[in-house]
Amino acid sequence: MTIVRISDDALARACGADALAAAFEKAGATVERTSSWGMHWLEPLVEIEGQGFGPATVDDVDAILDGSSGKAIGEIEKHPFIARQQRLTFARAGKSRPLSLEDYQKHGGWAGLKRARQIGPERIIEEVLESGLRGRGGAGFPAAIKWKTVAAAVADQKYIVCNADEGDSGTFADRMMMEGDPFALIEGTAIAGEAVGATKGFIYVRSEYPDAIDKLRKAARLCAHIVAPFVCEIRMGAGAYVCGEETSLLNSLEGKRGEVRAKPPLPALKGLFGRPTVVNNVLTLCAVHHILAEGGAQTYQSLGIDRSKGTMPIQLAGNIKYGGLYETAFGITLNELVHEIGGGTASGRPVKAVQVGGPLGAYIHPEQFDVPFDYEAYARIDALIGHAGITVFDDTADMGTMARFAMEFCAAESCGKCTPCRIGSTRGVELIDRIREGGRALEALEKVPQMHNMPRRGRTQDEEIELLEDLCETMKFGSLCALGGFTPYPVMSALKHWPEDFRK
Amino acid sequence: MSREQRLSEIIADHEGREGPLLPILHDVQEEFGCVDENAEKAIAEALNLSRADVHGVVSFYHDFHQQLDTRPEVQVCRAESCKSRGVEALMPDAARAAGKRVKLTTVYCLGLCSVGPNARVGDRLHARLDGPALTKLIENA
Repeated sequence: MTIVRISDDALARACGADALAAAFEKAGATVERTSSWGMHWLEPLVEIEGQGFGPATVDDVDAILDGSSGKAIGEIEKHPFIARQQRLTFARAGKSRPLSLEDYQKHGGWAGLKRARQIGPERIIEEVLESGLRGRGGAGFPAAIKWKTVAAAVADQKYIVCNADEGDSGTFADRMMMEGDPFALIEGTAIAGEAVGATKGFIYVRSEYPDAIDKLRKAARLCAHIVAPFVCEIRMGAGAYVCGEETSLLNSLEGKRGEVRAKPPLPALKGLFGRPTVVNNVLTLCAVHHILAEGGAQTYQSLGIDRSKGTMPIQLAGNIKYGGLYETAFGITLNELVHEIGGGTASGRPVKAVQVGGPLGAYIHPEQFDVPFDYEAYARIDALIGHAGITVFDDTADMGTMARFAMEFCAAESCGKCTPCRIGSTRGVELIDRIREGGRALEALEKVPQMHNMPRRGRTQDEEIELLEDLCETMKFGSLCALGGFTPYPVMSALKHWPEDFRK
Repeated sequence: MSREQRLSEIIADHEGREGPLLPILHDVQEEFGCVDENAEKAIAEALNLSRADVHGVVSFYHDFHQQLDTRPEVQVCRAESCKSRGVEALMPDAARAAGKRVKLTTVYCLGLCSVGPNARVGDRLHARLDGPALTKLIENA
């Protein structure tokens, strides 16, 4: 009987994979639900003996089965989009059934944890240090240093917390990882526990990812006996974007409002319930089991450029023709990513801007598309890699509107703890509105003779822009966390590269 | 079973858990469609918190509601990636289709950013929406 493989990733399901799978079963085929290859424009992608067909609908079932379908894309592994990648974190993507322990083991699962238990905490941390692994959440802090701090701390209980609150628009690597390879995340969490002496781990997943929560809960039950005595618990967020910030995530786990904490004390010393806590991103923990497998640290270290080692799962999103997940070593340029690999915009219009790193990332102008993808190079052009989500905009995008949205988003999602973020974002929305209206006129009250200390005129557009720059400066340096601190990036980059969109 | 009994059952389910408040609130929201004043009081008492503490948490998170709303809900993603794929142009018609019968809300990102515009109804996600598809989704909600 024909074995048909169709992804059960949330994205494939949202594009109709469930109905398609049912139709294939009705036609007499055996259907296996696998993880996604990450070629999203082809979803739902059907795989029969390595050959791909997509994007498939229920009307294509008969043609695919009798070999006459016009949607054939040839051998999936040789597809240029897949063949050009260096897949490490996503090595199993498309190839395994997410909740099959058998598949996970067959593709090298648990080897990292087994070896970690043999070599002990000190060598685990040494190997992670040697690999050059940096936190994949955005800041790029060396993972091993964080682990070392927690390992050295003395406490009755320590925790591993996985930050799976991937709220940035344009990012979906965490989601694909959790849905497609949940055991890898649990293994990475258990290895971190082994390294620092923690027996309890929490994976905090945002509530907008119902499929990921469901898969992780099932996976945690299935592998409980393998990771024991380590215990991994899955927790659901409650719709607050700011809980992606590590200290606010810890408050949320403790059952408090997701307000940011001031640092120090570092979570590594006083984290969850005041105990030493490792907080790592999904992709960081998922890279760990490759590093701990025999010779993994050297392989990892040999990839990438400068201080950005290893691979980065880059997410091609927004108005892009060939969107999806593209894992590659650092150093690739946006020209390659957007034009060669991504095929330009989905609408066929010219590319106007690319936002890298989610709602807090800078808008990058096509003139800067030759900057290599690495943490330091991006910092030099006042941009950030963040979680490596790339959102493409065509020439119909109005960057003034996008800058206003950045402030609006910050106002909606601010936790309210610090003033620059809470108040500054609202003032930012008003300022951008006034800039776009041409400046600020005097209000009736300001014109009455009693208000003799008031300036006698309103503010010009240039003065308002100066004020916006000033406000951004205050938010950037005065906010407690990245939400208020990084909101100026999209605003200032839009203002710098597309001033004409503000002066209408 | 009375409402009070069910509530204390939910609270009891989470006994011994570290940081039980959010899991309890999720279950209460799921069961009753809201976390009202009485629920806040009962939870506060059981966890040895003040009602203000519990209320502060309920009002902080977008997922918890203090008042019951029985309308079906359609969440539309209006974050950057969906904006770049034209979700804003669909919103006036969507609002008209929703009228007063359907609760049309904004969500910031469902993680399907390469196939937007996207929407969520219950635990089901919908991608590659255009005007007619979104209108149909709202009408069937």
